[in-house]
This record gives sequence, C-alpha cells and structure tokens, in this order.
Amino acid sequence: MKLDQNKAPIYQALCEYRENRIVSFDVPGHKQGKGNPVLTEFLGKQCMSVDVNSMKPLDNLCHPVSVIKEAEELMADAFGASHAFFMVNGTSSSVQAMVMSVCKRGDKIIMPRNVHRSSINALIVCGAVPVYVNPGVNKQLGIPLGMSVDAVKRAIKQHPDAKAIIVNNPTYYGVCSNLSEIVRIAHAAGMKVLVDEAHGTHFYFGDYMPRSAMSVGADMAAVSMHKTGGSLTQSSALLLGENISEGYVRQIINLTQTTSASYLLLSSLDISRRNLALNGKSIFERVTNLAGYGIKEINKLGGLYAFSRELINGDTVFDFDPTKISVHTRDIGLAGIEVYDILRDKYDIQIEFGDIGNILAIVSVGDKILNIERLISALYEIKRLYSKSSAGMLDHEYIEPIVVCSPQEAFYSNKIQLPLKDTLGKICAEFVMCYPPGIPILAPGELITKDALEYIIYAKAKGCNLTGAEDINTEKINIMVE
Amino acid sequence: MEMWYTEEQTNNVRFSIRCDKQKYSAQSDFQRIEIFSTPEFGDILVLDDRIMLTQKDEFIYHEMISHVPMAVNPDIKNVLVIGAGDGGTVRELTKYKSIQNIDMVEIDRMVVDACKEFLPTVASKLNDSRVHIFIDDGLRFVRTVENKYDLIIVDSTDPFGPGEGLFTAEFYGNCYKALTSDGILVNQHESPFYNTYAKSMKQAHKKILQFFPVVKVYQAHIPTYPSGHWLFGFASKKFHPTNDLDEGRWNRLCIDTNYYNTRLHKGCFALPTYVTKQLMENE
Repeated sequence: MKLDQNKAPIYQALCEYRENRIVSFDVPGHKQGKGNPVLTEFLGKQCMSVDVNSMKPLDNLCHPVSVIKEAEELMADAFGASHAFFMVNGTSSSVQAMVMSVCKRGDKIIMPRNVHRSSINALIVCGAVPVYVNPGVNKQLGIPLGMSVDAVKRAIKQHPDAKAIIVNNPTYYGVCSNLSEIVRIAHAAGMKVLVDEAHGTHFYFGDYMPRSAMSVGADMAAVSMHKTGGSLTQSSALLLGENISEGYVRQIINLTQTTSASYLLLSSLDISRRNLALNGKSIFERVTNLAGYGIKEINKLGGLYAFSRELINGDTVFDFDPTKISVHTRDIGLAGIEVYDILRDKYDIQIEFGDIGNILAIVSVGDKILNIERLISALYEIKRLYSKSSAGMLDHEYIEPIVVCSPQEAFYSNKIQLPLKDTLGKICAEFVMCYPPGIPILAPGELITKDALEYIIYAKAKGCNLTGAEDINTEKINIMVE
Repeated sequence: MEMWYTEEQTNNVRFSIRCDKQKYSAQSDFQRIEIFSTPEFGDILVLDDRIMLTQKDEFIYHEMISHVPMAVNPDIKNVLVIGAGDGGTVRELTKYKSIQNIDMVEIDRMVVDACKEFLPTVASKLNDSRVHIFIDDGLRFVRTVENKYDLIIVDSTDPFGPGEGLFTAEFYGNCYKALTSDGILVNQHESPFYNTYAKSMKQAHKKILQFFPVVKVYQAHIPTYPSGHWLFGFASKKFHPTNDLDEGRWNRLCIDTNYYNTRLHKGCFALPTYVTKQLMENE
C-alpha cells in the first residue's frame, strides 16, 4: 500500500458537513431526520443527519472528482487494484457491471454452473451466451467444487471466441480454483478473467489466505465488503486490473446505478476499508482461529463433518477459505436446511444458509468466542435430540445443466406456466433456486430434467425457500413455447 | 466528598448505596470487576455495573440456591456449579459432609482471584479439598459431559454479557445430558417484576420446560437485586421439590443457616399470582 490508509475522505467530509449545520433545501425530504421522528428515534439522530444527497463538498458517485474519487483511490490501493468503484446496489451490481463491461449480445462467456444468479442475470440483460464448465463434484459431500484447469483449457479450446471467464473465489462453501493458472491461460487466449469475490474480501488482508484476484493479475473482481469486511449491507466494491478502461466501466455502471447513492453506504465502505487496511491482518487471524476452533470442536462430536483444508487436492479444490464453518449434515439424517431451521427456531441462532446436505456459518470481524461456543453446543444438542437414519436422503447439490438456448432468448420468449410435474423435458424460461445460496437449480434456456425436478420437490419438502419463478410458490414453472 | 454507587436497575429506576471506598477495580477479558466497601451493606461485588452480592444479603441468595435441592435429595454426592466465582454457593455446599465432589466452572479467573483476596467471608471454602475449580465457559464444559452429576447449580450473571450462553436452550439441554437419572438443575432465574428481567425469566422457563419432566420456580427476597423479588428455577428428572422433601432428615443434619429452613422451603414454591400467570404463558 502506497497511500496513507489512515485517511477516510468521505467519512471526514460527512463529519465536516454535520458540523457546518447547513440549511438544506434539497432532498432527502426528511431533512436530517426532522421530518420523520419515528424513523429518527429508531435509527438514531447521528445516522439520519448524514443521510444526505450528493453536493459539492460530498462529491457525486456517478462522476467522482473529489472525496469519492480519493476514497476510491484509497480502496484501490488497499486491494492492490488499478482502480476501485464504490458500489451501492450490492455485489450483484458489481458482478453485472463486470459481465456487461466485457460482453455484448451474442458474445460467449465461460463460467462454472455454480455461479450466483447475478452472473446469469447479467446475461439476460446483455444477451451474452454462457459456456458452462462442469465444476468438479465431491461425491461424499455432494457439493460442487472449483473448475479444474483442464476443464477450463478444454472450454477455451472449444470456444476460442469466448470473451471472458468468470471464476468464483471462493464458492459459497469456501472452495477456490487455481486462479493464477486460469488467469495465465485465459490471458494467453486473449480472454478477460472476471472474479466473483462476494465471499473473498478477507483474502486481501489476512495471512495464509487463498490468493486474491488482484494479486494474480485478474482483470476485474466483485468484492462484497459487507459480507466479511464489516460495511453496511448492500455496499460493495468493484476492482479493476490494469488493462481495463476505468471510464468505460463507469459508463456501464451508470446505465443501471442509482443517481442518489446513499452516503450511509459510501461512508461504511470508506471506514471499513480503513479498518481493514490498518487492522485486517490481526482481525482475520482472530477470525481464522475462531473458525478453526469451531471446526475442530464440531468434528470431535462425530456424525457432523465440518470440512475445510483437508479437501485441498491441487485442482478442483486448489485452496479453501479458512474463515468458514461449512458442515455436512446428511450423516445424522438431517438436511442442511432442517438443521438451519432448528438452529433458528429452537436455539435462536441464525446461520448463513442450509441446503440439501450442508450448513454454512460465516465467521467474521464481529464474532466472539462465546457465540462460537453456542453454535457448537447447539449442534451437539441437535445431534443428540434430532438425528435419524440418513436412508433415502438426496445426496447431491449439483445438477448438470443442459443448455438449449441463451438465457436472454429464453427469458424473453413466448412462455406459458405449467405445473411442476408437467414440465419434464420442456425448456425453462426463468430461474428456480433456493435462496440462500442463490445458485440456480434451473436457469432460463435449460432443459428441465428429472434430476432438476426431483431436486426442486425434495428441497421444497425439506423447507428450502425457493425463489426465482414468476409463481411465488414455485408450484408452476414458466416454459418456452416453440 | 460523598461517594455513591448507583445502579440503573432499569432505564427508569436507580438504586444507590453510599460507599466508603473502592477496594478493587479491574477490567478482565469478559467484564469490569469492582469491589466497594459500604457502611450499610459491607463489601459489595459489582460486575459490569450490576451488584452481584453484598456481604449483608448474600446469605439469602447462596442459601436458597444450595439448600433447596440438597434438602430434596440429601444423597447428592457429585455437584457441578457453573459461574459462582465469588465462592458463596460452594461455601454452602461444603456444609454437607455427604458431598464428595464439587466441580466449579467459572469463566473469569479474575473474579475468583479478586473474591479470594477481598471477600474472604464469601470465598472461604474455595480451598476445600473436595472443590475443583475449572476456568472455562460453562456451556463448553457441559457439552462433553454425560450422566455424571447429581446436581447442577447455575449461579450466573444476567443473560447480557458473559452469562448469555447460560440462558440458552443448548445449555439447558446439555445440562440435562450431564445429569444422572435422578439429577436436579437449579438456576438463577432472574426477576418477575421489571419487564426486562421478566422477559429473560419467561424465556428461561420456556426453554427448561422442553427438557425436564419436573420444572418449578421458587422465590426469595434479596434486597439489593432489582425489585428485591428474585426467582430460582428447580428442574429435575425425578424429584418433586416439595412432595419429595423429607424435613426430618434434613433437620437432623443440623446444617447452620440464616435464611433457609424447611418450613420456608415449602412456602417458597407458593408464587404470587402475577408470577404464576407469567410462567403459565409458556406452559
């Protein structure tokens, strides 16, 4: 880091604004909270007084020239990027900006199928066509892994005209691909590398972490500061490598970004970046130790399997995020989603997600050892009180997609709604996914297979929250009419 | 100069005690620990701005949390005490020659050390040969214990701060597992009077009900605790707290007490109607 990371320009400008007691005849209409006493009582005066609009001393996110520009430079410096954008519509907006910056209608883009829905959403908007690489699957856990280098090589060879490759770093479960090698072969083939680092903020600051996108020369990375970095929900950063035009990416961002960016979100990014740059190393050492302790204690119990770095195999699991507590639950006869529900309903413990065979607990800058003890003890109790035979349980999370047409073509095609059971063999015209984690079971343009239908019915029966379909209860699915 | 210790018992209620001097003040990894000497209450122990005990009224709390289960089952031999770093509960338990082992699990070593030095009348029996002190999180300690203790006493702080884990379903469930088939769990059960405490009290009761066939609540009057009206939980796998009480047997032990007696024992389970109503909300 070359710049003085003690600075926090947006935060400092807001403090000054508050002290200057400006009379405002601009939006927002609550005028520092005075117009909405109940909201002010709930959120606090301090918070409402800086919920303000763009103005000369506070800069403008759409076209930054002063404090936001400086804050973005500090962010880029902290992450080792050529440029950084502050993003206020979630990491989904960062992912979409990456895809739309390198692809146009009809362009091919190589990606693993276990991407977040935001990547495929971008394809619906811009009309690019996905080339899916089958991620490796861990048979015992049933989870999708990273892309193997050979699979990426094959995809590049078969689709030399593809414009870019998307890589998850890490996946929701914490699995990392061999990112530096993928960058090398992609660049050799003239393709850009876009990295979804929604769960990878800490890779930039902690010791003994998997490699970060910017450190291996990737072209763009979407970093969810709010997930593990401590900023407010919905705030995110988009990082650029050296061969990407900052001006063009800003134009792409401004196609869909709000012109009234929240200063609560912007200041949270600024302050969190400063904290990570100054203290990140010790913060993530603590977080890694907490998660490591949790994993060790959960594995002592038997039955539940908290998986971590022992999965590393040099390829599809090139590295593993040490701050996650991912636990395989099927061997105690419970689906991950069932454990997730019991933890919340019986033990007042909210974890990140539960799917068919696993749960995921995110450990981050805000956690204490006593909370980890609660999670461990609750899992001990769940095994004692709720475990049953695992016979008849679905054993995989990954369903091989059969892509018939592009997501955009399918989404905007003529379509009709059919009951689930009548959709076998049809082409899906919308998403169907469990949320969280938000990885599509079916995406627009894919053949509806027996595997996919069985998975959807099973996930519903176990209590997963199914989203994406036009029918909010996911009893019917939109299919393409030829 | 006048010096007063003032505790905000609720956002709208304060309770003050005149102090002579501060004898100890330190910040541990878990909480702020303070000891004051006062003209009315003697030395008082304060953790995170909450009075834990005063020399004048601690006997009420410590006798009621110990002798009630001991009188119901005088055959108790192996006891686990969680929290209780001041040593008062252990002091009462050591009055029973029949108890063979007392494991005490306190998360904060500095509380134990401070009480040994500054509150010797309370911590007097922490060196008894039957007492084994473990510096650990109670929740973590019971997790791996099965069918071992005849009695578990949860002598905890309020459920905000380091005591939080001791008011959870996972803790009570793990205690059930750690108890023998005729085991008893007694816990500090907060107060029914002010809303914030009443909420913790109701939630604790609801959680304990999930695990134990016998779940009762009893009360005592502790002048320096918020409202003075304080509750204890009695949960057991087998014994009923009043039906199974053998008064004669306990009285023949000639245990020296100042608050507890077997007539009071029978009466303390008779709760005021407003408390019964709060508890019934969950049953």
